[in-house]
Amino acid sequence: MKLTVNGQDHEVDVEEDMPLLWVLRDELGITGPKYGCGIAQCGACTVHVDGVAVRSCQLPVGAVEYEVTTIEGLGTPDALHAVQAAWVEHQVAQCGYCQSGQIMAAASFLETNDDPTDADIDVAMSANLCRCGTYPRIREAVKTAAKNLRSA
Amino acid sequence: MGRVTTIARRTFLIGSVAVAGGVAFGAYMYKRPGENPLMADLEEGEAVITPYVKIDAEGVTLITPRTDLGQGAYSVQAALIAEELDIELDQVRVDPGMPSPAYYNTALSEEGAPFRSTDESFMAESVRGVMDVLMKFLGMQVTGGSTSVPDGYEKLRTAGAVARETLKAAASQKSGVPVGQLKTAKGAVQLPDGSQLTYVELAPVAATIRPVTNVTLRDPSEWRLLGKPMRRHDIVAKSTGTLPYGVDFKVDGMVHATVKLNPRQGGAMNGFDASAAENMRGVKKIVPITGGVGVVADNTWRAIQAANAIEFDWGPAPYPPEMDGHWEALGNSFNDEQIEARNRDDGDVETALAGADVIEAEYRAPYLAHAPLEPISAIVKVEDDRVDVWTGTQIPRFVQGNVAKLTGVAFDDVYVHVLYVGGSFGHRLEDEVVKQAVEIAREMKGTPVKLTYSREEDMIHDFPRQIAMARGRGVVKDGKVDTYDLGIAMPSVIASQMGRQGLSLPGPDTQIIAGAWEQPFAIPNYRMTGYRAPELAPISSWRSVGASSNGFFHDCFLDELIVAAGADPLEERIRLMWHDNSRKVLEAVGEMSGWGSDLGPKRGRGVAFCMSFGVATAEVVEVTDTDDGIKIDKVFVAAEVGRVVDPVNFDNLVKGGVIWGLGHAMNCEITYSDGIAEQDNFHAFEGMRLYQCPEIEVRGLENGSKIRGIGEPPVPPAAPALANAIFAATGKRIREMPFNKHIDFV
Repeated sequence: MKLTVNGQDHEVDVEEDMPLLWVLRDELGITGPKYGCGIAQCGACTVHVDGVAVRSCQLPVGAVEYEVTTIEGLGTPDALHAVQAAWVEHQVAQCGYCQSGQIMAAASFLETNDDPTDADIDVAMSANLCRCGTYPRIREAVKTAAKNLRSA
Repeated sequence: MGRVTTIARRTFLIGSVAVAGGVAFGAYMYKRPGENPLMADLEEGEAVITPYVKIDAEGVTLITPRTDLGQGAYSVQAALIAEELDIELDQVRVDPGMPSPAYYNTALSEEGAPFRSTDESFMAESVRGVMDVLMKFLGMQVTGGSTSVPDGYEKLRTAGAVARETLKAAASQKSGVPVGQLKTAKGAVQLPDGSQLTYVELAPVAATIRPVTNVTLRDPSEWRLLGKPMRRHDIVAKSTGTLPYGVDFKVDGMVHATVKLNPRQGGAMNGFDASAAENMRGVKKIVPITGGVGVVADNTWRAIQAANAIEFDWGPAPYPPEMDGHWEALGNSFNDEQIEARNRDDGDVETALAGADVIEAEYRAPYLAHAPLEPISAIVKVEDDRVDVWTGTQIPRFVQGNVAKLTGVAFDDVYVHVLYVGGSFGHRLEDEVVKQAVEIAREMKGTPVKLTYSREEDMIHDFPRQIAMARGRGVVKDGKVDTYDLGIAMPSVIASQMGRQGLSLPGPDTQIIAGAWEQPFAIPNYRMTGYRAPELAPISSWRSVGASSNGFFHDCFLDELIVAAGADPLEERIRLMWHDNSRKVLEAVGEMSGWGSDLGPKRGRGVAFCMSFGVATAEVVEVTDTDDGIKIDKVFVAAEVGRVVDPVNFDNLVKGGVIWGLGHAMNCEITYSDGIAEQDNFHAFEGMRLYQCPEIEVRGLENGSKIRGIGEPPVPPAAPALANAIFAATGKRIREMPFNKHIDFV
């Protein structure tokens, strides 16, 4: 089956019901999206399908009809996306394992709302679990990213 | 006191105590210099200056033996070396190195000794010396106990200074310029004529001369890097998905495996039927292992699917199958025969209680999973004369030994490559995953096997935090706390944990009353007794260990007594405090929170104090009792750490610790039914979510004489400060975690 990830076409020979997450990680070697819970509770596997944040651990690859973007496709160390730049500026990460998903959730959210209130951020970002407790920095980084996206 | 004197005194103490205490081998080990682990793998042209700095044609590598669990240990360790080495952090590579006996962790053993961190008397120092020898004997390269900074503070800076001075000597030899005229900066020795010799150029010369060990460490006022905000070296990689964690790591020719283990921890596997699994797509091999089965496939998901298709006949749990049995065992432990430690017995508690109006309460704390977001994993490749292990671990030396035992391969031919981990909180102080990967990989010699746990296997087999119970009795008199008697019962975490490594605990387990007995309060009649409950479910160190339950017990019951006395919670704690630097953290949170000001209706404020891992920490929590439940509005934290090495990382770790403490106190527990953990994923073990996260204000105090780590100390005061705030807002006293058994949260 055909799959377009980060602008690149791939041909994969897998079961239709294999979650997108495991196709990305074990078949294509794209490990930015993380396995945390497998039941859409933690958000570490968040990627964009057609620009919208989805839980790749719950999405059967056979149901993917549009282009997939992972954290690797959002920006790179040499060309950071505004959300990634804000994450670096605020030094959000501790262990960092959830942050791929946090960043993908924030990027998708800011596409729809570039001037969020604190309450908006709480609603948008609460489905992503962070065990290290980086929430205060995530809040600040989302605000900084929003500001930079507005002035961009 | 200067550095040289400190070392001489410690050496003397260690020697003399070693004779008296009969730890001769420890002393022998101490006198024998640790083997330099970098020597073995040296290529031509490389030079080794100390075990913490490696310079070769590729550049300068700083070896940071304490694992980075997300706490920023690699960056802080690198900065400690770089500060003295005169090199910028963007000029170095950071490498955790191979495990070696030279990387023993002295700070961890110091806190294990039964002396209060506030007690720096001769006796306390000398017993810490014995523990130091013991740790060297064990060769423990352990990351834990908030020790990475205290342990490395002198060692790593000294390593940097020795390297710098040796490179200067090499430059002098090469250039003919006297050492006194040489300067160092940005990874090079600067000559008076304006030219420079880089460390890389000097490395081959430095390798041929004696290292210069007579060094003086710089005064903090001269620091370039330390004490100032630093950018973590991994921050860009962690923000771009480009950092390979253990679970992401790839080795050529690797296959993917998972395990299914008896969900009753430690129970036997009587049999299994894998006929449905064997023919599933991608399945390569099904291997019976200790207590379960390993499934090897060409893809992790396929391995998990196949493992779920196996039918098992599991044996019973080696502990009570229902929680009633666990609580009953704790309740029955409060007797003289089971006293593990009574490290504090001030005044005359029995006389003070007799005939007085005694206030009594019982407190409980549940089992808790560590549940770092990255499930545990390990890659193992077994060959006839060599084994390679790639894994995120806090105990690489134990891993090396256990793998050698399981495979029959010589200890020195086991290579442990330590990888980045997605959190630990104590979880990676265990190495069952490596042992299981070895059991599978030795059936497929030459093929690297990557074993990844499913979240469910990880949570069900997470050796949890100890279950604990406390019974307090107290008397108040004239508006003051007069008598405080607290008994705490729990199984021994350290015995359970060391038992899995085939070690026994030499002496009592002080973690049973850690976070309670050493609190620097002067109460006229004050007694702290630890009771050792029988072994129940297997347990393990969980961020702040004994203090994670005991800080809650000790401070909340103290709060009850203060309230009964009619005193102000903050003022009375300050009045009772004899330790100046601890009093200052209480005063700091009082000032930060505007303690005493009116919060308005349905709101409450609670304060708590806990000294753990040598760090006096006070927290004030503010809550609102809303129609939908308790909302945590704000938290103020002050902690005394001697010196804040990296202000950004400090702030992040303190906030994380507070969130960890509050989140688990709100809604987390592991309970057993039919011997099986009832919580197997994050829907049932929630923790705190972003919308529940309060604003947190942090202050680090630097009055103490010793540098301390901050990974764990913010945890113990969080739960009691929250419980005390809930009491202030609602009048409801909660004595059992998780609190959502008794009250709703927003």
